[in-house]
Amino acid sequence: MPLPSYTLGVMEASAYAPEVFARGLPSSPPEQQPEANGEPIGSVAGVASPLLSLQGIGLSFGGVVALADIDLSVRPGEIRTIIGPNGAGKSSLINVISGVYRPDRGHVQLDGVVYAQVPTQRLAQLGVARTFQNLALFKGLSVLDNVASGLAYKVRSNFAGQVLGIGRSRGEQRDSLSRAEQILEFLDLTAVRDRLAGTLPYGLQKRVELARALVAEPRLLLLDEPMAGMTAGEKSEMATFVRAARDRFATTVVLIEHDVGVVMGLSDRIAVLDYGRKIADATPDEVRNDQRVIDAYLGVASDNEDGAGI
Amino acid sequence: MTAITSDFFSAPVLPKWVAPVLLLAFAYGVVPLIGSSYLFEAILLPFLALSLAGVGLNILTGYAGQVSLGSAAFMAAGAFAAYNFDLRVEGLPLIGSIFLAGIVAAAIGIVFGLPSLRLKGFYLAVSTLAAQFFVQWALTKFSWFSNNSASGVIDAPRLSISGFALDGAIGRYLFALTIVTVLTFLAHRLVTSQTGRNFIAIRDNETAARIIGIPVLKTKLLAFAISSFIIGVAGVIWAFAYLRTVEPDGFDLDRSFQILFIIIIGGLASIRGAFFGAALIVVFPLGLSRLGGFLLGDLFDSGVLDMSQRIVLGALIILFLILEPDGLVALWDRIRRRLLFAWQST
Amino acid sequence: MIADFDYQFFIEVLVGGLLSGVMYSLVAIGFVLIYKTSGVLNFAQGAMLLFAALTFVSLVERGIPFALALVITFAIMVAMGVAIERTVLRPLTNKPPITLFMATLGLSYIIEGAAQLIWGTQVHGLDLGIEDVPLEIGGVLISQFDIFAAVVAAGMVLLLSLFFRYTRIGLSFRAVADDQFAALAVGLRLPLIWATVWAAAGLVALVAGLLWGARLGVQFSLSLVVLKALPVLVLGGFDSILGAIVGGLLIGASEKLAEVYIGDYFGGGIESWFAYVVALVFLLIRPSGLFGQKLVERI
Repeated sequence: MPLPSYTLGVMEASAYAPEVFARGLPSSPPEQQPEANGEPIGSVAGVASPLLSLQGIGLSFGGVVALADIDLSVRPGEIRTIIGPNGAGKSSLINVISGVYRPDRGHVQLDGVVYAQVPTQRLAQLGVARTFQNLALFKGLSVLDNVASGLAYKVRSNFAGQVLGIGRSRGEQRDSLSRAEQILEFLDLTAVRDRLAGTLPYGLQKRVELARALVAEPRLLLLDEPMAGMTAGEKSEMATFVRAARDRFATTVVLIEHDVGVVMGLSDRIAVLDYGRKIADATPDEVRNDQRVIDAYLGVASDNEDGAGI
Repeated sequence: MTAITSDFFSAPVLPKWVAPVLLLAFAYGVVPLIGSSYLFEAILLPFLALSLAGVGLNILTGYAGQVSLGSAAFMAAGAFAAYNFDLRVEGLPLIGSIFLAGIVAAAIGIVFGLPSLRLKGFYLAVSTLAAQFFVQWALTKFSWFSNNSASGVIDAPRLSISGFALDGAIGRYLFALTIVTVLTFLAHRLVTSQTGRNFIAIRDNETAARIIGIPVLKTKLLAFAISSFIIGVAGVIWAFAYLRTVEPDGFDLDRSFQILFIIIIGGLASIRGAFFGAALIVVFPLGLSRLGGFLLGDLFDSGVLDMSQRIVLGALIILFLILEPDGLVALWDRIRRRLLFAWQST
Repeated sequence: MIADFDYQFFIEVLVGGLLSGVMYSLVAIGFVLIYKTSGVLNFAQGAMLLFAALTFVSLVERGIPFALALVITFAIMVAMGVAIERTVLRPLTNKPPITLFMATLGLSYIIEGAAQLIWGTQVHGLDLGIEDVPLEIGGVLISQFDIFAAVVAAGMVLLLSLFFRYTRIGLSFRAVADDQFAALAVGLRLPLIWATVWAAAGLVALVAGLLWGARLGVQFSLSLVVLKALPVLVLGGFDSILGAIVGGLLIGASEKLAEVYIGDYFGGGIESWFAYVVALVFLLIRPSGLFGQKLVERI
């Protein structure tokens, strides 16, 4: 899928202020951001160009450092996991990637385009979808409608056409519902398609969120603790779904997880955060044996609810 | 029928269109034959106007989640705009004036909806009061709006559609019924469309809605525009079909609260709810006055009635919020399911 | 034009505006107290104010001495606050803030209705014994009553500040305002704190009701004073007492100045909406108000 070319409207320009729109690698750091100067750019030289790369990301909230100097690169098609103890900055990282937070320094490079802040409003058009740590379903909509809303960014018909049932609205409606149905079937959710999302048990709501993100067939799927609060059985089921989704839609997955055990078999590469810093970034086997990772987790062993993993 | 109150109970019920169609057949075919002029003037006409206003506010508040305390301003804008279009544009049919009045109300709705792009919750609710006070002030202050009549009073024009006069009580009832039916049908289509789903998405989780690519700002303004259009037309019915003579003070803050109460009592995010709520709001003062007169006799004068109305209405609001937050509609559905179940098990 | 500008008159208008702003602040503080502890925008504050003033006047008219009437009314307001907390707000715990707001809207209808059902609808005069002769200070005429009102309002604020700073329950109040769950976790008794806060809001309503009642006469329209306080809250932030004070002064001053200097261009009567427009314009620039907390979105 070619990257859509775009120009920024006035509104986006003021709200998000992306700085550089260079295509391809390597890109030079934006000059108007002196903090970023001198940071390593294009840290994955020699590998297939990354779909996503973070360069020197720093973020703090009122003096509390959430992220410090984070570099991360994600190759097309891989399942890239970010782990770390509570408060390590994992969710902040996902929020930076999806443009919910604007990093204090550093930038996000998505498909060769560099952003100071990723434009949240156009995230879907850029081929990025995400789920949320705390459930963010639309409680008042049915499961089917929730999933279909994942295609809202494509809708071109206006409300008058939809009300009167004329123009392209009928085709769009049919198309989005049938695609939503397919995803529901793929994730084994067809039985609950007409239930209100807010009435489902927790584990199923998590899966509906995955369905809503997947229906757009994103190139990059960000999953913020998709297995949090699940039973062991539900976790491995979710892991199976994530892998199946990657295989079927050739999606690149960035996954955040608190529980190390479940992701070892699922991930291609794992980055480990601790107190906002990246302390390891390697294959699951290497991470498993990394002394700094072991220390970080042992230090907060009580937080690792299952005692699983390392 | 709506997103909030979909049935889980799989009884072999009739198709969903049957009940509304039967109700309409009754409203058109039977009511005009048997209704007294009191029924039309004191009950059905205000009921229709307030129901439509409730439908309009429900789109904004119930579906799109943006609380507005300025509904009466949009009713006033609609009523006065229709009056002026009818007065000043030669040869414009009545329906044309009403449609344009809706457009004017929608435009004002967009202007006062702009703060919703930055503000949420209470801040937004308070800022919609600006619409309430500004519109009421402008209509009172500038006598042009009321064709230089004293204190801004306007008299409704003769109601006729393609030469067919509708000035009697029954005629005005049919006129109001038709407009309300058409707009309600369109509103129902809207809330079940992709746009309606976007409204609910923004209400339930604005951040998630933004991230999956729903155009949040545009959708909010659209909700303000559509809601104000419908409320504006409801204002025209209120002024032209029900009261026939209105002044800006008739569209005061109490009226705005009344419409808000209608959707709370009837059921938020439910088209039917607006009708349930309006029915209760119109009928209960009449019932209360009968009951009070019966129990207390002469002691129950209009002052006492007015105050006890306020108390009962306030208590009703609180009771519904505590005991039945989904409103009369949810109550009705539950009773219906019980009855169906009881009927089936015999 | 500039040379003709009457500075003395300008200052007179400005001071008058600031002093009436104090009256707005006084009403707004009642809102802030409750908003800070329970996240409720208590629309019934205006109705409580009406109820307090009406009760007090009616008691005095029935021959009860001033001080005793004050005590009785205060007791009634405390009882009312506690009753509201018990019967309306507690069943709605954990409901969305906007639901709570609507409940207080219903509450205001009940209180307004009850106040007039009990005490009647006629207008009562209220004489606090302050002669309203303008004082001349530095060549500027200032209403004596306005100064009295401002002093009382300042005293109220001081009293509340001391209460919340130095008493055990006041400190609990601040803990609750910071974090309800944490406060609950360390064993603070939330119901007691809420009841206290509602009682304090009742006291504020009483004082504000007496001052406003003395100025406007005690009547139904007194409860509409709430509409003057809302723009103040929007401007100052719902959760800041300081914001309520500064916001009140700003709104009071700009409203009076606008009325005097630009009101004629609009044909007068702009005070019904001018404060809202000021607050709105300000909010578009600073969405969290003057001193309101800016929340980081957590997702």
